[in-house]
Amino acid sequence: MNIIEATGIEKVYNPNKIAVHALNGVDLTIEQGEFTAIVGPSGSGKTTLLNIIGGLDHPTAGSVKVEGTDISTLNDNQLIDFRKEHIGFVFQAYNLIPVLTAKENVEFVMLLQKRSQQERETRSMELLRAVGLEDQVNKRPSQLSGGQQQRVAVARALAPKPTFVMADEPTANLDSKSTANLLDIMARLNKEENITFLFSTHDQRVIDRARRVVTLVDGRIETDETKF
Amino acid sequence: MNTIFKIAWRNIWRNKRRTLITAGSIFFAVLLSVVMMSIQKGAWDKMVDNVVNFYFGYGQIHDKGYWDEQTIDRSFALSEEINALPGQIENLDNIVPRLETFALGSHQKNAYVVRVTGFDPEREDQLTELSSRLTAGEYPAVDDKAILIGEGVAEKFKLGINDTLVLIGQGYHGVNAAGKYAVKGIVRFGSPELNKVMVYLPLAEAQRMHGAEGLVNSLALDIKDRRDVPQVLTDIRASVDTSAYEIMSWEEMMPELLEAREVDTAGNVIILFILYVIITFGIFGTILMMAKEREYEFGVLTAIGMRRGKLGIIIWIETIILGLVGAFAGLLGSLPIVIYLNRNPLNFNEMSEQMAETYENFGFEPIFPAAISPEIFFNQTLIVILITTVLALYPLLKIYRLKPVEAMRA
Repeated sequence: MNIIEATGIEKVYNPNKIAVHALNGVDLTIEQGEFTAIVGPSGSGKTTLLNIIGGLDHPTAGSVKVEGTDISTLNDNQLIDFRKEHIGFVFQAYNLIPVLTAKENVEFVMLLQKRSQQERETRSMELLRAVGLEDQVNKRPSQLSGGQQQRVAVARALAPKPTFVMADEPTANLDSKSTANLLDIMARLNKEENITFLFSTHDQRVIDRARRVVTLVDGRIETDETKF
Repeated sequence: MNTIFKIAWRNIWRNKRRTLITAGSIFFAVLLSVVMMSIQKGAWDKMVDNVVNFYFGYGQIHDKGYWDEQTIDRSFALSEEINALPGQIENLDNIVPRLETFALGSHQKNAYVVRVTGFDPEREDQLTELSSRLTAGEYPAVDDKAILIGEGVAEKFKLGINDTLVLIGQGYHGVNAAGKYAVKGIVRFGSPELNKVMVYLPLAEAQRMHGAEGLVNSLALDIKDRRDVPQVLTDIRASVDTSAYEIMSWEEMMPELLEAREVDTAGNVIILFILYVIITFGIFGTILMMAKEREYEFGVLTAIGMRRGKLGIIIWIETIILGLVGAFAGLLGSLPIVIYLNRNPLNFNEMSEQMAETYENFGFEPIFPAAISPEIFFNQTLIVILITTVLALYPLLKIYRLKPVEAMRA
């Protein structure tokens, strides 16, 4: 079942000045349970494509459907609500809320979803256990290592029970051990809970673990390989 | 809401030094404003009390037109209608009759104009507690033919107890008014102006001297509580013939006092305005830095599903809390100072004779107590809340215009 259908995506920056064509008619579909990496050289449009699929940016042309909803037609507030319910984000720089503890960070999106306190408690503990941080729940981001912070970010991304998790260069700031650890966790969640992961990455270690690799060059899909 | 407050509160303390500096500037602004306003209000309240409570009373009844043309010729006999007022009007304790005029006072080689007040010693004492202000001699009785003078008068004429002051003036309808009176008592008024001119003569003797037997030209109203004044005046106006009498409040009688107070207050308001403008820029600097530093974070929060409105509320609460922490600290800091200055007023007589004299020349008693007024404390808090509310619009505007992708690229 396709959960993401991106059709004819174009993105032009500065259309009235010196136009920069970041995406030139990208078509991409993602099925439930995929573990896909979007790769390509700098400036190839990976992050732009991810931002548009994740509802963070509007395409200049084309449409993006997530579980049948055309998100390219939603207004700002509708998009915020859509992201809250359907998309989990993992960013390159972790981007946890610095004043909240690991557990509070995971609970935060559920709080925005108005989930009950009991549900928030239970799920945040479950997720932190799943990423191996059950003994770090009351620590603030500044008290955690980069790898630990990124694992909290994964737990936070999964907290709202999203349709898919979008991760923009999730391992860019991590050492080898933390990267391996994080990829293990994500691969396990993908396999055991059928969670869909979509990465943009330069990192060969991530590319090696991905089951599908989409290569972008100059805003176009050059190759789209499914490994096994 | 609890989490929103928690986030806002923790955010405030993310950069402790910056928060403390900003809250500290608000603290000192509020402290300075409260102390300044309290001393100013206290000084003016005391001045009004000195003039109103210790002489004029909160209201007076005169013959129609007397206040515009203050002459003994506008005297009137106390009618039954007027005499009955204290029994009829609620909160009007008494009426205090006076025959007021000016005369040339003379003692040895000194001659100055003095204000002669024919007074009923008993009733006057009930209204102004005049006998309690005696600094020398005795308080005159109703049938005495002796005078009670202000300390300033005694100094000017170099008069002591039992010395004689000659009074020469104009009596009722142009008759000569002259008399020679021994000083029976000396009183000290809070108002330097009154202190230098007041000469009290028992009413019957004053009426005889001025050829105005049975007449008075003003009736001071003995009203104990200032808040009752408007209603008492309204009731009197309804009871007496207003075409024959004028019933005036102290504000109507002394508009210059109110104007002077307003001018002085306006001066202070300008100083406080400048102070708050400086503080405003300080707070704005903090908010500007905070908004810039956290642009990325704002982007992330909207990306993961936080609506701009909710994010705006957090930032607004942060700004308001920051302002309130400073304001409440300022209020708490100023309270003991204000209470201390209320109980131990600034006394320029003890501090600097020259300054004391300057204040006296301006008509102020050089003793400045601070007023303990909830209104002043409330207003300063309100000003800080208003400033921070307006300043909080800046990050709100930033959040409103925020594009998550651009913010996260920052």
